Amino acid sequence: MKNQEQALLEVKGLKTYFYMDDNKVAKAVDDVAFTINKGETLAIVGESGSGKSITSLSIMRLIQSPPGKIVEGSISLEGKDLLKLSEREMMKVRGNDIGMIFQEPMTSLNPVFTIGNQISESLMKHKKMKKKEAYNKAIDLLKLVGFARAEEIVNEYPHQLSGGMRQRAMIAIAMSCDPKLLIADEPTTALDVTIQAQILDLMVQMKEKFESSILLITHDLGVVAEVSDRVLVMYGGQVVEEATVHELFTNPKHPYTNGLLASIPNIDADVERLESIPGSVLPAHRFPKGCRFAPRCKHVMDKCRESNPDLLETETNHKVRCYLYED
Amino acid sequence: MGEREKLLEVKNLKKYFPVKGGVLQRTIGHVKAVDDVSFEIYKGETLGIVGESGSGKSTLGRTILRLLDPTEGQVIFEGDDISTLSNRKMRPYRKDMQMVFQDPFASLNPRMSVGEIIEEPMIVQNTLTKKERKEKVVDLLAKVGLPAEARSKYPHEFSGGQRQRIGIARALTLNPKLIIGDEPVSALDVSVQSQVLNLMGDLQDEFDLTYLFIAHDLSVVKHISDRVGVMYLGKMAEIGPKDKIFENPLHPYTQALLSAVPIPDMERKREKITLKGELPSPSNPPSGCPFHTRCPEAHERCKVELPELLHQGNEQYVACHLYTSEEK
Repeated sequence: MKNQEQALLEVKGLKTYFYMDDNKVAKAVDDVAFTINKGETLAIVGESGSGKSITSLSIMRLIQSPPGKIVEGSISLEGKDLLKLSEREMMKVRGNDIGMIFQEPMTSLNPVFTIGNQISESLMKHKKMKKKEAYNKAIDLLKLVGFARAEEIVNEYPHQLSGGMRQRAMIAIAMSCDPKLLIADEPTTALDVTIQAQILDLMVQMKEKFESSILLITHDLGVVAEVSDRVLVMYGGQVVEEATVHELFTNPKHPYTNGLLASIPNIDADVERLESIPGSVLPAHRFPKGCRFAPRCKHVMDKCRESNPDLLETETNHKVRCYLYED
Repeated sequence: MGEREKLLEVKNLKKYFPVKGGVLQRTIGHVKAVDDVSFEIYKGETLGIVGESGSGKSTLGRTILRLLDPTEGQVIFEGDDISTLSNRKMRPYRKDMQMVFQDPFASLNPRMSVGEIIEEPMIVQNTLTKKERKEKVVDLLAKVGLPAEARSKYPHEFSGGQRQRIGIARALTLNPKLIIGDEPVSALDVSVQSQVLNLMGDLQDEFDLTYLFIAHDLSVVKHISDRVGVMYLGKMAEIGPKDKIFENPLHPYTQALLSAVPIPDMERKREKITLKGELPSPSNPPSGCPFHTRCPEAHERCKVELPELLHQGNEQYVACHLYTSEEK
């Protein structure tokens, strides 16, 4: 807890654009800024097209270029600007300082190597371990993420494991080098609810054990409420609201956040009709001039169509990008 | 309750898929995707079926529609057993039962315009003139909230939510009595998901539809259903009125499933029952109760004897030895 206020990762003015064939520019991430403190779990929520995954890929510098490009901004991990590193130096950061787990564990594991091979690979590369030592460490890690038969699993291939087990193995790989930050991009979206609960538990345990921070990317507000400390809500490539998890769910401000919360059927309450947000997310090259949510917003005013509001701190630790809250 | 009219009755339905193996590709076993499931659907209601992947819920939907032939058991639609009809004899029933699929990207033919997609079932059934068909297309598009111009566009020009509306319009073309939705909103973003759920509710009232709604998302199923069935490894673990299932779940699996749903609310936190392990393979299901390997309440009897689905009062049925009385 004593590290709580110490910043681990600081993202400032991040812009990631995609240049399309017909000279259109898709501003997938447009001026995003946030901080992740040590030991903190920060969640980014948003729907498809909100730019949440592109934000996480930008941090890892995994944006395919062309067509994508990080145009502006800085991403500093403990004071070191990741955007200024060479590709070689960046490789030392990936898997070592920052671990990553993805939505689909089958496509992110290599089908032709054993689980043990894939865990030892990063240990041998980053921690300069000998083969035997790395193999033994792999077994320990598998035990840590809850495999009862770790000695057998270490020699098995990804296809022999179920979805939940593969995600456990991915977590073992991500945690192998004791990363400072774990980026989890929709880690439980492909899993059944009972397995999802197991994996979320495991992520929280790992965070505490390794004293790392988590950046959780998800579309599921239930998952956010379950595990995160602070939340960013993204819409149209920008952060529209930022608050502590408790504040966001008890006192949501942005009309988009409100609409999102109201459109989820609640398992504990009965309503005849769900609230819904009309229309759908526009593609990134067709964002409107003013506020990007204006075409779907029920509180839209003239100035919302003219210019884009700034992300302002309206209450302590609560930022919102909306003219309704500007004096 | 007694006056409710049955639209569909499923009796001891089984769907086994053979597993081939060895040099001669002989059948070496079966995946029991749907294993002895019975229930009924009443006119005008929505029956939700929930279950995790591998529970057999999608196979159940497809077998009822005869997109798959049942291995055993009966499907009785308005009093007629349709489980063994030939394709030809099945055709008149097809217009009464339609399906809405999960993936609106894969279930619409990309080479057909939206007008052609919606019109096609009417051409197959051959009941309307060309002019009437065109009018009906425009009418249906309006019903699902799309402009008439949409008919000359192609599926790729629409967003996921709009495509699902097209899928629903197509399902409505022949004035069906029963619509089976197989995860119809799972691929959609939450803000769009609620639009489609509201639309399905409106259309049900307007056209007097009966829904069999298959989904893995418990909050969605709770929202739309009147009754809910919970499947586990090809069997019905529990079925009953929505309020009973969600407020007083009896089966330990239903209890664990409900407790595992993350709730977007800070005020209400519930006690979690975290299940150990994973769903066993349906080709080699456990003996006795299929859930005993993960059940926190399992005892000796569960390992050997399969519990029957028994009435526990208030139309709630559960297949669990905790509720089978000792006298029997």
